[in-house]
Amino acid sequence: MTKPLLEVKGLNVSFAGQEVVRDIDFSIAPGEKLALVGESGSGKTVTALSLLRLVQNASLGGSAVFQGREGEVDLLAIPERQLRGIRGQDISMIFQEPMTALNPLFSVGNQIAEVLQLKMGLTPSESAREAIKLLADTGISEPERRAHSFPHQLSGGQRQRAMIAMALACKPMLLLADEPTTALDVTVRSQILDLLADLQQKNGMAVLMITHDLNLVRRFATRVAVMENGYIVEHGAVDEVFSNPQHAYTRRLIDSTPTRDVQEPDLSRPAVMKAKDLRVSYSVSTPGFKGWFKAGRFVVLQAASFEVPAGQTLGLMGESGSGKSSLALAALGLHPHEGQLEVMGKAWSRDEAANKAIRQAIQVVFQDPFSSLSPRMTIEEIVGEGLQVYQPGLSAVERQQRVLQSLADVGMSEAQFSGLLQRYPHEFSGGQRQRIAIARALMVEPQLLVLDEPTSALDVTIQKQVLQLLQRLQRERGLSYLLITHDVDVIAAMAHQVMVMKDGVVVEAGPVSAILKTPQHPYTQALVGLRG
Amino acid sequence: MINTLSLSPGKRAWQRFSRNRLGFYSLLLFSVMVLFSLFAEVLSNDKPLVVSYEDKLYFPLVKDYAEKTFGGDFDTPADYLDPFIKDKLKQGNNWAIYPPNPYGPKTINYFAKQPNPSAPSRDNLFGTDDRGRDLLAQLIYGFRLSVLFGLALTLIGVVIGVITGAIQGYVGGKTDLIFQRFMEVWGSMPELYLLIIFSAVFAPSVALLLFLLSLFGWMGLSDYVRAEFLRNRQLDYVRAAKALGVSNLHIMWRHILPNSMTPVVTFLPFRMSAAILALTALDFLGLGVPPGTPSLGELLNQGKANIDAWWISLSTFAVLVITLLLLTFMGDALRDALDPRKADQA
Repeated sequence: MTKPLLEVKGLNVSFAGQEVVRDIDFSIAPGEKLALVGESGSGKTVTALSLLRLVQNASLGGSAVFQGREGEVDLLAIPERQLRGIRGQDISMIFQEPMTALNPLFSVGNQIAEVLQLKMGLTPSESAREAIKLLADTGISEPERRAHSFPHQLSGGQRQRAMIAMALACKPMLLLADEPTTALDVTVRSQILDLLADLQQKNGMAVLMITHDLNLVRRFATRVAVMENGYIVEHGAVDEVFSNPQHAYTRRLIDSTPTRDVQEPDLSRPAVMKAKDLRVSYSVSTPGFKGWFKAGRFVVLQAASFEVPAGQTLGLMGESGSGKSSLALAALGLHPHEGQLEVMGKAWSRDEAANKAIRQAIQVVFQDPFSSLSPRMTIEEIVGEGLQVYQPGLSAVERQQRVLQSLADVGMSEAQFSGLLQRYPHEFSGGQRQRIAIARALMVEPQLLVLDEPTSALDVTIQKQVLQLLQRLQRERGLSYLLITHDVDVIAAMAHQVMVMKDGVVVEAGPVSAILKTPQHPYTQALVGLRG
Repeated sequence: MINTLSLSPGKRAWQRFSRNRLGFYSLLLFSVMVLFSLFAEVLSNDKPLVVSYEDKLYFPLVKDYAEKTFGGDFDTPADYLDPFIKDKLKQGNNWAIYPPNPYGPKTINYFAKQPNPSAPSRDNLFGTDDRGRDLLAQLIYGFRLSVLFGLALTLIGVVIGVITGAIQGYVGGKTDLIFQRFMEVWGSMPELYLLIIFSAVFAPSVALLLFLLSLFGWMGLSDYVRAEFLRNRQLDYVRAAKALGVSNLHIMWRHILPNSMTPVVTFLPFRMSAAILALTALDFLGLGVPPGTPSLGELLNQGKANIDAWWISLSTFAVLVITLLLLTFMGDALRDALDPRKADQA
């Protein structure tokens, strides 16, 4: 048996005495694809960063023996100078967000060429040629032109390709990929994944893939290690772990695909929201002196017609920039629109007093649980705000009762969190904050909830709980949802009707079963196909 | 543990602030100094606190008495430092309690044993200035005026700056654009020349100075508040509040303002030290408070005119340096305490 390329033994990482990675062992053979899976805070990213000693203010323990080109070294023990030679050359890394990992002031070609000059000692003209070749290898169209592009001129997928080209410039023996596809659109994800697998085979390098996405592990890796709270709780071949998980946490992870538990529609009630030829546009500045007199319009949503039936969920699928969030803002009356849009038979107007009646009927839950609650208000103030607007006559005691009731409806009680009402949002986790946001929306007893990616910022196991909560609320109260998401699993679990959007146009719409089983439009097919 | 958890962000910032020893003790010392200076009349005055004359009690601090009351010859207010009156107040059962430093800011020591400015002595602990006024009294009253002036100027600047910044940031669009251009024009006015012109036209007074400096003092802060409002108004919690039907004024006041106060609070000490410095500089140039008002800038000017009277420049310099240093230490500690990137240490 050959020696493993990297053998980690008893790795310990702690920040200011607090351990985040505890005594973990794993090894990677040359040319192997290992996936490190876990939820946020499990220590997986810190593990990868500490292999290159890139974590600041951390004390590291244990050993990480690496069979480099210059012989066997312990990455955690060698001097900084020697490690610098290994970084980028023997071991390189790609990051989650390519926009922040690339320097915005240099063209991508320059940045790749710099690596080549520093590490391989190439001359500037050689390195420029080599950089174009590397970019071509990653499948970027027109690599000569792209080499002169700056990061902001590239799309997310192209940026990640440039990042990969940079990481692979010196033909590393080990690539650390930290959530390489998480920040990308779903259809781009699979392309990047294929590219990584392809290059991995071509170069014969080993890959340590860090991810929270089990579909991705299944497609990409040969072996998997599952991390929880800084421990590796299970590891083995991918097939084995997935078909026969041993640890309870692994089972919970695999089991976290949301399940469908919704009532079949009652068609007798009228639709709560009707839209016909709905158009949304933003003003943009026109270039040149013409822009002084006339602002241009940038249309983000074109002629969308749809209905949200009572007690049902309309799922809206599409990637970033497809106009789905603009549609949500227009539906909430927070952004002006053209065309017809009626909520409970009433249209939005410029008159805020008239709009108030509609606002009570339609409420919203946003994606980011951290920015959707004001950090300087207590839970009581946040949840009770709607009451102050619509029932200002309520006494303080009554209001508190209602707030507690609403919080209890979303599964949060004083018994779990002492002093719940006086707490501030920062004391709660993402999933709990999302529950609070739902409680705030339910406070005014709306008929329609706009859910703008309500679970995409949450860990998979939490995501399942929040979706179950939403399903229960729909069953109990006959709520309607306008659910915006890019996640086909969520659509499959929640929606009755589905609408697919691309570049501001609705490309396909219909009942969920039809859309998911027999998608017509190529884009929908690509989306649905990703589910595997 | 739970107690430390459910603190409001403001209280947590206070905890972080008080953990910074230098900043905390600076605040403590500064507060004590300001508190003492507020009672300057009791500490340093040319009138006794209480007088018992022929078995009757008199309170010269709050009421003026004629010299005749105490056996003098004139109807004019009594000069309690006059050896004749002093003598009268000691006869028989009579007694008088003088403040620790028996000079007011305008009291001239006519009975000094040395020519003016006189060096520190038992009569005048810090010496006198070139008109024979007690330096310690001048410093106490000058410090009080400077700090109160600084506080008032800061407060006015904060109120105007927050209001204008909030409106620009929240409304945005054309309002913002027009206001920004107005501020650029306003900010390019030559402040010092305006001050010189106005002090020539109007009778100089502290109120006029406060008004003129306030006209320009709010602009730096307004920009920061505007930026915070611009950032915060598009966050989801503001959108959620709008979707709930909360009024704009309420959103600005209840939701955005508390989350936009960081630059305001952080700059408070620095703005105050800038205000104190501005007053001192204008007084030094003779453009500031009316003559006769105790002021640190005027004392510095005297120190410059009487270089050999080292006690004037040295003590004024010391008071200024200590005040500004304390404010700067507080500002540093505040900045650290409100820095969101600095996590709480348990």
